[in-house]
Amino acid sequence: MIEFSLSDEQKALKEMVRRFVEKEVIPNAARFDESGEFPKEIINHAWELGIMNTAIPQKFGGLGLGVLDEVIINEELGAGCLGITTSIMVNNLALYPILLGGTDEQIKDLVLPFLESPKLAAFCLSEPGSGSDAGSLSTHAEDKGDHYVLNGSKMWISNGGVADLFTVFATADKSLKTKGILCLAVDAKSPGIHLGKPENKMGQRSSDTRSITFEGVKVPKKNLIAKPGEGFRLALKTLDHTRTPTASAAVGGARAAMNHSIKYAKERKQFNQAIASFQAIQFMLADMATKVESGRLLCYQAAWNLDNGNHDIARYYSALAKRLSADMAMEVATDAVQIFGGYGYTKEYPVEKIMRDVKLMQIYEGTSQVQRVVIARYLLQD
Amino acid sequence: MNIFVMLKQVPDTETKIKVTADKSNIEKNDIKWIINPYDEFAIEEALKTKERLKEGTVTAVTVGPDRTVEALRTAVAMGADNAIHVKTDDVVDTFQVAKALSEVLKKESAQIVFTGKQAIDDDQAATFGFVSELVDWPSASVIVKVEIAPDKKSLKAERDVEGGTRHIIEMPIPCVLAVDKGINTPRYASLPGIMKAKKKEIKVYSFADLGVTGGPTVKESDYQLPPERSAGKKITGDAATQVKELVRMLREEAKVI
Repeated sequence: MIEFSLSDEQKALKEMVRRFVEKEVIPNAARFDESGEFPKEIINHAWELGIMNTAIPQKFGGLGLGVLDEVIINEELGAGCLGITTSIMVNNLALYPILLGGTDEQIKDLVLPFLESPKLAAFCLSEPGSGSDAGSLSTHAEDKGDHYVLNGSKMWISNGGVADLFTVFATADKSLKTKGILCLAVDAKSPGIHLGKPENKMGQRSSDTRSITFEGVKVPKKNLIAKPGEGFRLALKTLDHTRTPTASAAVGGARAAMNHSIKYAKERKQFNQAIASFQAIQFMLADMATKVESGRLLCYQAAWNLDNGNHDIARYYSALAKRLSADMAMEVATDAVQIFGGYGYTKEYPVEKIMRDVKLMQIYEGTSQVQRVVIARYLLQD
Repeated sequence: MNIFVMLKQVPDTETKIKVTADKSNIEKNDIKWIINPYDEFAIEEALKTKERLKEGTVTAVTVGPDRTVEALRTAVAMGADNAIHVKTDDVVDTFQVAKALSEVLKKESAQIVFTGKQAIDDDQAATFGFVSELVDWPSASVIVKVEIAPDKKSLKAERDVEGGTRHIIEMPIPCVLAVDKGINTPRYASLPGIMKAKKKEIKVYSFADLGVTGGPTVKESDYQLPPERSAGKKITGDAATQVKELVRMLREEAKVI
């Protein structure tokens, strides 16, 4: 049977995150957006509340929450500030490869320190010349017996400048294409790691995004998470898990844009009446609600499939969820600015920031076009 | 130290209140319920007291129907060790509630009892006083600071009084303290706390278990919504006329100057 209600704990979780967002995130979001400063205190607070690193299994002392729980957390965070949400959720993105591909020993060694203090991690897949075509990456890992030596550059690394640990996808032999790709967990303090300057981004300005260059970085073999040939599959499997919570953050952003619009439309008067009384505005609001609700439903369905181990279909549903949520969030945010008119185009009102922030949802963790490729591949398979 | 928190579940501050057809109460369906905000300060102070003493247990107790268990679980998620639910589906008055709470406090050998200085629904600020009388322990209200003596046999409580001065009261333990806002910043329920709260077994008492008999002595019969605000007045004319009219209205109608 179909069940749409959240459990009591999920309701409590949603309520807790919502309060945290209302009191700690929303009042500070514009300031961090303006300064581009990294919101470390807010992140530390989120860590204290236990809403980071939620996927660490209970047998290791974590909470072992499911994807649906992450979806609930991310919608609430996304409604507050997508930049701060990214900084928080990137930990799951960077730790999932170890949780999914690592041995118990590696999980204890590399992941458990994240439960002890508010550490950050970064997922290093994209490169200057390799984005949607992730299989073409060229960061090289040379096998030196008891260790690997990494050389190459990674691009658009969220939390890049603030991370304690990198999960790096590299190739042992580029001629093998995806069959040469491996995954290494790299201590951010290793010699030979050079951090690029923070990118001066259009939106999500409080998240730390930069390039990272590895120059002869020694990584012990015990940090090999996926052998050559297994790394690419691990990257995709990781993205299957994180795509849905990412989509849900977009739902949160869209929800916030819609709620701002509803409030403003009731207050703003033109032609001696609230603009909410005009059908042109009402239809925009109605479309926003339809989009937000459908995005959320697909996120829940994708999460349900992931939590129930339906992995093949989960990839399809997570792509549907990300495709719809990211695109609709951009549409909703654009319409929100339209409803606010000239005011919406200024930084005095919150919707222009949402519009800038949600644009990235169509780009990172697989562009909307890549999601369509994944969806079509599922539809056309024999 | 056996620390207790008495809390009440109240309608969310943003609730649109409707009166029932027979005017005996407010419509309680479709209300979002929250912990009385003053009681949240009480929970936080109880948790802080335990942390300062480095020992003890914090027990949250409430009276009401099944929905009030949610408030207890939130208290556990914030860090309370135990929770007690005095379950009743009846319409009860403050005295019955205080009687039930006082029986729980005696039965469970409570020592320091925290609660909010008032509930934001009916604003009676009566329960803590009734309870302290029934258990025969000292009490104080509008507390903004608590300091337990090193021998843990007494405490000093500070309350704000008019004019920015502080009234410092020393009292023996056990006692009842009704706290004011500003005493602390309540923490959020943490995610591990929420998971723990879900599994927590909550002790349940009925009024019969506690020997609370008889019905309410106070009956509420005529709830009314506050009168709607009348529309504002617009003063017209040139500046000099407007000022003259404004001053006249302030003087003769509002009688403020």
